[in-house]
Amino acid sequence: MKVLVPVKRVVDYNVKVRVKADGTGVETANVKMSMNPFDEIAVEEAVRLKEKGVATEIVAISAGPSAAQEQIRTALAMGADRGILVEHDGTLEPLAVAKILKAIVDKEGPALVILGKQAIDDDMNATGQMLAALLGWGQGTFASKVEKDGDNLKVTREVDGGLETVSLKLPAIVTTDLRLNEPRYASLPNIMKARKKPIETVKPGDLGVDVTPRLTVLKVEEPAKRQAGKKVGSVQELVEKLRTEAKVI
Amino acid sequence: MTTTAATDLIFGLTRVVGLPAVSEKAGAPLSAEDIAQIVTEADRFCTEVLQPNALAADRAGAVYANGVVTTPPTYPAAYAKWVEGGWQSLSAPAEYGGQGLPHSLWTAMTELGMAADTSFMLGPMLTAGAIDCLMHYATPDQAARWLPRMVSGEWTGAMCLTEPNAGSDLGVLRTRAEPLPNGKYALHGQKIFITWGEHDCTDNIVYLVLARLPDAPPGSRGISLFVATKVKEDGSRNDLRCGGIEHKLGIHGSPTCVMLFEGAEAEMVGEPNRGLNAMFAMMNNARLGVGTEGVAHGAAALRLAEAYAAQRVQSGRVIAEHPDVARMLMEMRAVTLASRLLALETAICVDRHAAGDTGAQARQALLTPILKAWCTDRGVETASTGVQVHGGMGFIEETGAARILRDARIAPIYEGTNGIQAIDLLVRKVAKDGGAEMRALIEEVKRTPDARLRAAADTLAAATATVIAAQARDADAGQSVAVAYLEAAGWVLGGWMLARAAAEDPAAYGPPADFYLRRLLPRAAGRVAEIEGALAA
Repeated sequence: MKVLVPVKRVVDYNVKVRVKADGTGVETANVKMSMNPFDEIAVEEAVRLKEKGVATEIVAISAGPSAAQEQIRTALAMGADRGILVEHDGTLEPLAVAKILKAIVDKEGPALVILGKQAIDDDMNATGQMLAALLGWGQGTFASKVEKDGDNLKVTREVDGGLETVSLKLPAIVTTDLRLNEPRYASLPNIMKARKKPIETVKPGDLGVDVTPRLTVLKVEEPAKRQAGKKVGSVQELVEKLRTEAKVI
Repeated sequence: MTTTAATDLIFGLTRVVGLPAVSEKAGAPLSAEDIAQIVTEADRFCTEVLQPNALAADRAGAVYANGVVTTPPTYPAAYAKWVEGGWQSLSAPAEYGGQGLPHSLWTAMTELGMAADTSFMLGPMLTAGAIDCLMHYATPDQAARWLPRMVSGEWTGAMCLTEPNAGSDLGVLRTRAEPLPNGKYALHGQKIFITWGEHDCTDNIVYLVLARLPDAPPGSRGISLFVATKVKEDGSRNDLRCGGIEHKLGIHGSPTCVMLFEGAEAEMVGEPNRGLNAMFAMMNNARLGVGTEGVAHGAAALRLAEAYAAQRVQSGRVIAEHPDVARMLMEMRAVTLASRLLALETAICVDRHAAGDTGAQARQALLTPILKAWCTDRGVETASTGVQVHGGMGFIEETGAARILRDARIAPIYEGTNGIQAIDLLVRKVAKDGGAEMRALIEEVKRTPDARLRAAADTLAAATATVIAAQARDADAGQSVAVAYLEAAGWVLGGWMLARAAAEDPAAYGPPADFYLRRLLPRAAGRVAEIEGALAA
């Protein structure tokens, strides 16, 4: 079966993110960019399915600027077979990405799409669910275990109360949680082999998708700075302050 | 804008020393994207797998008990990941399972690994040196039996040169090789200071051993090269063992072994009595590796110092904003960047030579002693400044700044002391061709538009004539100023590399280049004045 894995270019998880001075977004100029860590887990899971003989081909897709090729190349070095870059320089909201992915699914006909549950830059946690809705496929989100079970896919989900196991009819959507696997490092021989793997470039327009943003960002600001605490001289003073200043008792 | 070691390396390889063009000429083109991906993944491996455990590994150290050497607890698993990643194969030839990538990329890998954990990376670096030597001197049959498993990292390599009485002067070494009826040899003798001579990360170790045949002439013309393996081809243990490991100032995780050869079965590699030549042939690359260690110690110290200075508040602001701390950080940054680019400039000569550039070998030979000595001395200084930035906490082991300083201190000593490097530069490189190659290099430096750099290059040219004359008049007088001369050359070449970087990307590299040319380049003239003062006495 063919597996599609979307990978997003995001600010590296080690970078201390700074808000742009004009409050329109976060600073990404001269900042180290990497593959979204949840997407790495998705690539790893697809590669493991291929190593088990369940998956036959893995296609890595990224929607974003031309530099997003770097993230596709990382996926290829980890074990994906080919890449598709949907090149677009502006903002891409989850719905636009879901529509792009639907168009590619229609063309490629995969049995499974594995996505990261969310991207660490905007924490939307929406693309996988929207894609499932657009396709009318079953979805197993926040997966911590994925197993082939006859013609179905058994997915263990991390939910608030514990673990929930669902059985999905294929084709289906899976989104990955942190504990699904530990992604491998790309080995040097595989990096070299990946140079020969093809990356196809298309534009959203080629797929018939309108990616015009539908949301307006009013402002982006840093979390409030932690205020210095106050020292109190006695329990009496503490109670007094809790009552009159903090107004919590 | 601050950059990281990996971004500097990608920039340096791609835009300063021109690896894409050199690799194309060599017939295996690498694009800027290829270089960026390889360096980025190498960096990721080093910072995520090696670096987090480096301090604990230093504390645990290598341990010797009952003839068994145990490396720090995290090393065997980290080494398995190193093998799995295939990084050892980077610059080895394809016929032995290597990737055949340029030496300058291996230099980048060396810097990143050494900065993450010097003690660990010494194992792979020594293996790479052994591979290099065997590639040139082993017979096809020998190479087929040893190299594939060294290139994969499945076996490591160890270099057994030094003996208690034979350090810088290898001519007096005494280890004997007795011919055996089967055409092999039995080695008898004691070798000391053998880095990664025994360990628990691989099943087998390949020893390159210098020894004397029974009829060998005395001195350095009577030394042959042999290879013994820890485990013989029939699976039995060879008659060699580790007699103990040293307690050292630094690189505690790296086992520095006394190796006892007690009739170990060995094969000769190369011609009888030509062993030292085989060693010297690879010495330029090995010295390039140790010079790169100096870069790595500066880079590791800078990374810690920048992070500490950015969060430590004194007198109402972070210390990074205090002018003298800012000065220290900028000095660390400028010197590290200069030495990093000088290492790449030297390494690209190896690649240019492989691509058929006839002048590259002489240039590499000239740059190598400067790189080895100047960069490792700067590595120690930068690591020391890194401790200083931390204030009292720098003297406390838990920050890690002290470890870097301790680890850095060996680099000016091993692989030919820095004093030996200076003599090598003066006698074997500069005086040998009457200063021709050095003058050609100085002419290149003078093509940069910066007047301060051109003036410093002129001063260096005058000093070159002075030291050649002094050397011809009185060899001891020449050698007594050799270190000062090497230092002067290093400061000038460092400025040259930074000026080239700044010309390519003024926004990112202009500030450190400007700082260097204003405040550090004058040290070149200081060293030249020292030479004149010394010779006038």
